[in-house]
Amino acid sequence: MGVMPKWADVVLVPLISLFIAALLSALLILAIGESPVAALKLMIEGTLLRSSGWGYMLYYTTNFIFTGLAVSVAFHAALFNIGGEGQAMMGGLGVALVCLFIPWPHWSFAIIGASLGAAVFGMIWAGLPAYLQAKRGSHIVITTIMFNFIAAGVLNFFLVGALKPKGSMDPATANFPATTHLPTFEDMASLMGFEKMFRAAPANVSFFLALVACVLVWVLIWRTPLGYEIRAMGKSEPAARYAGIGSVKTIMVAMMISGALSGMMAINTTQGESERLILNFTEGAGFIGIAVALMGRSHPLGVLLAALLFGFLYQGGAELALWTKIPRELIVVIQALVILFTGALTLMVRGPLERLFLSLRREG
Amino acid sequence: MIRPRHWVGAAFVDKGILMSQPAIELKGISKAFGSVQANKDISIRVMPGTIHGIIGENGAGKSTLMSILYGFYKADAGEIFISGQKTAIPDSQAAIFAGIGMVFQHFKLVENFTVLENIVLGAESGAFLAPSLRKARAELAELATEYELNVDPDAVIEEIGVGMQQRVEILKALYRRANILILDEPTGVLTPTEADQLFRILGRLREEGKTIILITHKLREIMDITDTVSVMRRGEMTATVKTSQTSPENLAELMVGRKVLLRVDKVPAQPKQQVLEITGLNVVDDAGVARLNDVSLSLRAGEILGIAGVAGNGQSELLEVLGGYQSATGSVKVNGATLDLTGANSDGQSRRANGIAHVPEDRQREGLIMDFMAWENAVFGYHRDLAHQANRFFMDNAAIKAETAAKMQRFDVRPPNPNLTAQNFSGGNQQKIVLAREIERNPDLLLIGQPTRGVDIGAIEFIHQQIVALRDQGKAILLVSVELDEILSLSDRVAVMFDGQIMGERDPAKTNEKELGLLMAGVTGEAST
Amino acid sequence: MDFLTLLQVLDSSLRLATPLLLACLAGLFSERAGIFDIGLEGKMLAAAFLSAAIAATTGSVWLGLLAGIGASLLLSAIHGLASITLRGDQIISGVAINFLAAGLTVVISQDWFGQGGRTPPLLSSGRFEPLNLPGSVPAKEISQAGPFMQLYSELLSGHSLLVYVALLMVPLTWLILYKTRFGLRLRAVGENPAAVDTAGISVVGLRYAAVGICGVLCGIAGAYMATALQAGFVKDMSAGRGFIALAALIFAKWRPWYALGACLLFGFFFAVDNRFQNILLPAWAMSGVLLALGFGLFAYMRNKTLLDRIVLGGLGLGLVVVATLITLSSLSAGLDSMIKIPVVFIQSLPYVLTVVVLAGFVGKAIPPRSGGVAYVKEK
Repeated sequence: MGVMPKWADVVLVPLISLFIAALLSALLILAIGESPVAALKLMIEGTLLRSSGWGYMLYYTTNFIFTGLAVSVAFHAALFNIGGEGQAMMGGLGVALVCLFIPWPHWSFAIIGASLGAAVFGMIWAGLPAYLQAKRGSHIVITTIMFNFIAAGVLNFFLVGALKPKGSMDPATANFPATTHLPTFEDMASLMGFEKMFRAAPANVSFFLALVACVLVWVLIWRTPLGYEIRAMGKSEPAARYAGIGSVKTIMVAMMISGALSGMMAINTTQGESERLILNFTEGAGFIGIAVALMGRSHPLGVLLAALLFGFLYQGGAELALWTKIPRELIVVIQALVILFTGALTLMVRGPLERLFLSLRREG
Repeated sequence: MIRPRHWVGAAFVDKGILMSQPAIELKGISKAFGSVQANKDISIRVMPGTIHGIIGENGAGKSTLMSILYGFYKADAGEIFISGQKTAIPDSQAAIFAGIGMVFQHFKLVENFTVLENIVLGAESGAFLAPSLRKARAELAELATEYELNVDPDAVIEEIGVGMQQRVEILKALYRRANILILDEPTGVLTPTEADQLFRILGRLREEGKTIILITHKLREIMDITDTVSVMRRGEMTATVKTSQTSPENLAELMVGRKVLLRVDKVPAQPKQQVLEITGLNVVDDAGVARLNDVSLSLRAGEILGIAGVAGNGQSELLEVLGGYQSATGSVKVNGATLDLTGANSDGQSRRANGIAHVPEDRQREGLIMDFMAWENAVFGYHRDLAHQANRFFMDNAAIKAETAAKMQRFDVRPPNPNLTAQNFSGGNQQKIVLAREIERNPDLLLIGQPTRGVDIGAIEFIHQQIVALRDQGKAILLVSVELDEILSLSDRVAVMFDGQIMGERDPAKTNEKELGLLMAGVTGEAST
Repeated sequence: MDFLTLLQVLDSSLRLATPLLLACLAGLFSERAGIFDIGLEGKMLAAAFLSAAIAATTGSVWLGLLAGIGASLLLSAIHGLASITLRGDQIISGVAINFLAAGLTVVISQDWFGQGGRTPPLLSSGRFEPLNLPGSVPAKEISQAGPFMQLYSELLSGHSLLVYVALLMVPLTWLILYKTRFGLRLRAVGENPAAVDTAGISVVGLRYAAVGICGVLCGIAGAYMATALQAGFVKDMSAGRGFIALAALIFAKWRPWYALGACLLFGFFFAVDNRFQNILLPAWAMSGVLLALGFGLFAYMRNKTLLDRIVLGGLGLGLVVVATLITLSSLSAGLDSMIKIPVVFIQSLPYVLTVVVLAGFVGKAIPPRSGGVAYVKEK
């Protein structure tokens, strides 16, 4: 406990930062000539007031939970993993290879295999920059950004070459076999008797996988010795050395777990939604994971809430792009403002808040 | 560079006019940080051409006072007079303007610049460097002859020794026409020989009419070189006396406010079997410098071996090798088992498995994770122990918390709340948390570095008692400290380290500080010139 | 490849290296003062957009240049505020600025021009036209000219003004950094801000100045991309160049003349990628090189730890596998048959090279000591 009570530190600061970001975005919308209030109304109608809106929102949320958890785990080790995009792309490659070349009897087996494939590929793609940081001191931020670009190249190579079915003009793989199809919310709702829910929305069972991942990450970070070591090393590397916590091993493990989580996002997009591997399927989710992790203070519960928020913004942004002249890139601006205020300008929010609490305490 | 005021001051001093005016006078200086009153109504007069010492414990307020003098802080109340003129010092530039030069404890030098570049930084004469460097080179030569401060202007800072670096700091102040020189704990990083050289230089400066303020906690230095000494305690100036009219005991009492027990009560040691055997230990650092040079030591159960020496002579490396995070060559055996000396990264775990516990020299950097709560720190280094696990995968946080609460009671940690982060405890209580953790492991060998650095007197006594109690239970203790008093009062045997080597071993009951001081300075045997 | 073609590729390298060079020098000033700037990319993008937009609407490329510099300075101010005054995380601030630029440029350009995120194409008054140095030979006659004239006319002459400005920036930067009082203080504040502070100089002032210079140079870089290299702004047109500039900076060990060399090298890669879409190599050469690299890695990893062996061994194995695949697939046509190097490979080359540089295989790079850390007065 410092100057501020813990609840203020954890909840109030991100909320106020979010509020400022929202305010600035509203000003931007005004400047374009649209009404922020009308925009908000449209977003709410499009996402929260119809079940297929929820379906789209939760589909995006699933992505952001995975990438947000990924960035969070790395943050606990004081590492900034910007490579979520590239790790997710490689995860997609893993999913595609698993789904296309192994005959699965049922989706419940396929999802396990795909998870393994996605996680392993994501792990390797994060492990290489981690190795360079741990052993050669190469700054992980720049290497992971480079690996993002290289991953796009690798994906490109396979999708116009080896994995493209003959005669097709699309840079994409063949469709995955039907047995790998993951039940969508629509499917699940019909099974339970609700016929017209979640129409055509892409949310699928991997949403529950994401929730499980939240729980597992929480357990890992705060209940296991490995999590203890990751946090300790993230706080103080000299202390970790004293305690016999190997920095190379911890950096690599933390980043590989992070990469695996990013890779798992591909299960949602590639196996769950498009059912084949396409270019650019990540659509910036790796970067939104950064905003989600910062807003959620690297805690799985916070990540979940922030992912819901961004899912809402994403789907709402799609609605706005459809019905107004506000382009989808507005969401990128909101994302940037959130990162700016929760990550870099924290003192701007924290400073006055601390002074407020100090004066309240003196009077009380 | 324009220099009005301090030229005036110097001219007055040179002409002998107004010699009775204090070089510096502070009246009623007060400064609070939040609820902590760091300086309370401080008044002091420092006469020109004298060396004035300021002595006090950690946290007495000396650094705050000096920071105010140098413009880092603005006093809440009070006035500053330089040579009789009321002067405002809102920032370092004003301080330099007023003729104040400060030599900090941690040098403010740019490591990869040359000596000349460091001296010229901030005192350049013009937008282009070449003329500034030329001028500085010429003046440096003059200053060297005048004050016997010889340095190589083109040497790069990171390649010259600490004593030389300190000279550069002094030259920086002199180049800016400082008349008042403040030195903060200058001898902490010097060998006794280098300290003597420094004092010769200070004497020379005093002869030339400079005023010197020496901040230190070393009673001996005060007695050796100062003309007047002021004592600070808990933010107040408790006394100002002429050095010739006081004594170390007198000053210690003024510092602490009561008669200080400079020795710990203990029964003679009863050493048993050999616990630690070090043979031919060598450590070479990244730059190829030998930090430990053929060190051999032995330690038995039930005794305390004190390692004395100025910081930086290999003691830290010795602790790090034994603690498992510095690689070395040679042989180290604990209870007969040979230790692996190659693990530079993560051998702390195997050390602990061998019954070695380690209270590190820097508790805030290494011994604790400041952002972790007390209960998390209580298992730091032992977090993988089965005793702390609920099952194969999870740690048993509830049990750890309960255990920590009990430990805090036993070791009188205040406040005894396991859920507070380490930040929230005072230095002494932090140290107690670390000690509790290491001692309660029931180790065969306990390594302790600087156990009472930054710890208040009440906690010091407690910690010393704990160490002696551990010895009486039959454990082996390796104690490293830069405080000779602590070494002499706690140890059963004393070994002195200098330049990575053991210079000699002495019986604390039969030796004294002078003899140890010589060994610490690298002087061995009969020949002492 | 004949001499003229070589010259044309070098000429292209210079043009493509210019934005890299300007951004690299921008980063140099900032990082030498201790402010880590990952947002070079965003600043270039913002400058590219605003300069193209203003040049298109006013018809003046100079106003465009000023506008571009202004946009970049605005983002620099935000970064400075976050890093210096508010002592926030410099990397997060840079990342946020990149996203801010990426999003805002499209939103605003869509609002102003409605062309899906691009600005209208620029006519000649809105562009920096190539400058022909006196005595140079026009393009039509160049193949008849002698080698020196070809060098002069193709490589040295015919660049837009900003290319020459960029080249001039190199000795200017060197002069400022090493021969002036400001440069001494700037370098000092990046190594030990406490030394600067205790000498009575404002750390904050120096750092803001560095950030400001960075903004100006990035502004010129962005304006160059949109008004000289190309004719208008397109969404995401910086394409990672800001990051490559950072890599070049590390490669250059934060020194101006080395930065020139590094950026020219990377520009060369871009030029080759643009010009030669079909680079063919005989199969035996390709597998040979890959096999050699693979076995080189196996040899290198011999006395290393287990982790090193796994990583290096894995990489080596991958290279050997690829070499084998190439050999097998070309067995039918004969080992001296030509195989096309995949286009993505050449496109990825700058990024791969950056990683190689960062991995320290081109010497150890020691950054300014206080880089990335906000300065707090020691109590």
